[in-house]
Amino acid sequence: MRAVSFENVCFSYGNEEGAFSLNNINLSVEEGEFVAVLGQNGSGKSTLARLCNGLLTPRSGKITVLGMDACDAANTFEIRKNVGVVFQNPDNQTVASIVEDDVAFGPENIGLPREEIGRRIDFALSAVGMEAYRNATPARLSGGQKQRIAIAGVLAVMPKVLILDESTAMLDPRGRKEVMDVVLRLNKEKKMTVLFITHFMEEALLADRAFVMHRGEIVMRGAPREIFSRADELETYSLSLPAVGQICRKLRQKGFPVAECLQPEELAKEIERCAFRQNI
Amino acid sequence: MKDVTFGQYYPVDSFVHKCDPRMKILFLVGYLVAVFLSADFYGLGACAVVLVLCVAFSRVPVRSVLRSIKGVLFLIVFTAILNLFFYQGETTVVIAGVSLQWGIINITVEGIRFMIFVMCRIFMLVMASAILTLTTTPVSLTDGLESLLTPLKWIRVPVHALALIMSIALRMIPALMDEIDRIMNAQRARGADFSHGGPVKRVKAIIPVLIPLLLSALRRAEELGDAMEARCYTGSQTRTRYKKLTFTWRDPVIGLLCAALIAGVVLMNIYLPPIL
Repeated sequence: MRAVSFENVCFSYGNEEGAFSLNNINLSVEEGEFVAVLGQNGSGKSTLARLCNGLLTPRSGKITVLGMDACDAANTFEIRKNVGVVFQNPDNQTVASIVEDDVAFGPENIGLPREEIGRRIDFALSAVGMEAYRNATPARLSGGQKQRIAIAGVLAVMPKVLILDESTAMLDPRGRKEVMDVVLRLNKEKKMTVLFITHFMEEALLADRAFVMHRGEIVMRGAPREIFSRADELETYSLSLPAVGQICRKLRQKGFPVAECLQPEELAKEIERCAFRQNI
Repeated sequence: MKDVTFGQYYPVDSFVHKCDPRMKILFLVGYLVAVFLSADFYGLGACAVVLVLCVAFSRVPVRSVLRSIKGVLFLIVFTAILNLFFYQGETTVVIAGVSLQWGIINITVEGIRFMIFVMCRIFMLVMASAILTLTTTPVSLTDGLESLLTPLKWIRVPVHALALIMSIALRMIPALMDEIDRIMNAQRARGADFSHGGPVKRVKAIIPVLIPLLLSALRRAEELGDAMEARCYTGSQTRTRYKKLTFTWRDPVIGLLCAALIAGVVLMNIYLPPIL
């Protein structure tokens, strides 16, 4: 089944016609897919996330989430049970001052019995590797840990689709890696559908597919590597290649015959290969 | 700013921590009654003894408890000065032949006594409340309140929503404290001065801190609201609770202690002669 599909979706904040935050969006995400959504600030990425679980309703068009019509308010609760959204700032997502109470918030809202909530907390905390912090105070954790708790809070509801709305934007590189590892594991091991909204190009590289958004429209779509091979086009949308890709490009411009690569390991091998050949 | 502990749970394992939040809230109410019933220092003394017991059995460092007084220091000083100057006493204090009386200001022996009395009273009220919030997680605190206020549901008071609002307010205190710190530093970097000048100037200097703070609090509230909705919060009655409140042997013990304190204070009021 399709996890999320958008058909001709338009959305605008405020009432004035014409100024659309999202303009005629068509997309579909299959179950179990890991899809990255890229774009600069104000490109409509976050609006996209909020449309998926009924926080916003589109001006026109059709959104279907796991076979349910997301525009129908009667489905909203069921959709929210199945689509978890992790937001940008972990501090503004925690409702309780003890980790376990915070993780329990979602399961409590859907009216689960106590024993089941206990099991869900165990499951969610172990899924993000934070079992040891069950009784900790979120305020005293690191950014990466806080965001993992926020993910656990969403996982405890056991959604089928996980949307991360720039959830790594406020984290340091280490925190970003922590969150990324957790999300990748959830996708690979638990077959969770992931919609990963980010402006870090390195992170998009790990996705199965990527969408690039610009001024409320999807302007590029395809495998991340394919998208990154169109560096000039990316630049017109104020996005740049991952650092390694940029180095590669510069090297090629200087006439150094490295193949295009995006990961540090690949680049190291390429340079080694070229250097070796030039010596001989 | 970061060391303001009010509303901040201190996680250790102790007798007081393990008491049922409902009992602790009732105990606090009873304690406040005892403090207000105390007509003289005998009663306050008894309350102080109970306070010391509470601190000792909570295993919260005394410094952490004392820190919560900072927030109300101004209030204490303010009421102290008012009482000192304007209390309607009879014996005006005379120092080195100078009678301390100017116009409506009249410093009397009774005034000084009453000032000390009121300061002790406020001090104990704040300390007792601080112990409650230091030993009870906001969640169990609000669970306790909600449970105690359940009868109000019959007259359609949204008890659950109110309890949730309170717990979130408590949980946001440290975040907002950090925010104040950040904004104050930002304003200092622009040349704002918070530590010099008269009271009017200082209050004026606070305004450029309050407005960004308010804005940021509203923005946070909006984000938190979205996050809560995204996590299936609807405010409905079908919501369940993970943590269940249960009374243990500790609760009758502190209940009795509280009753004994109130009774003791009343008896002392009746039978003991006033000091001074």
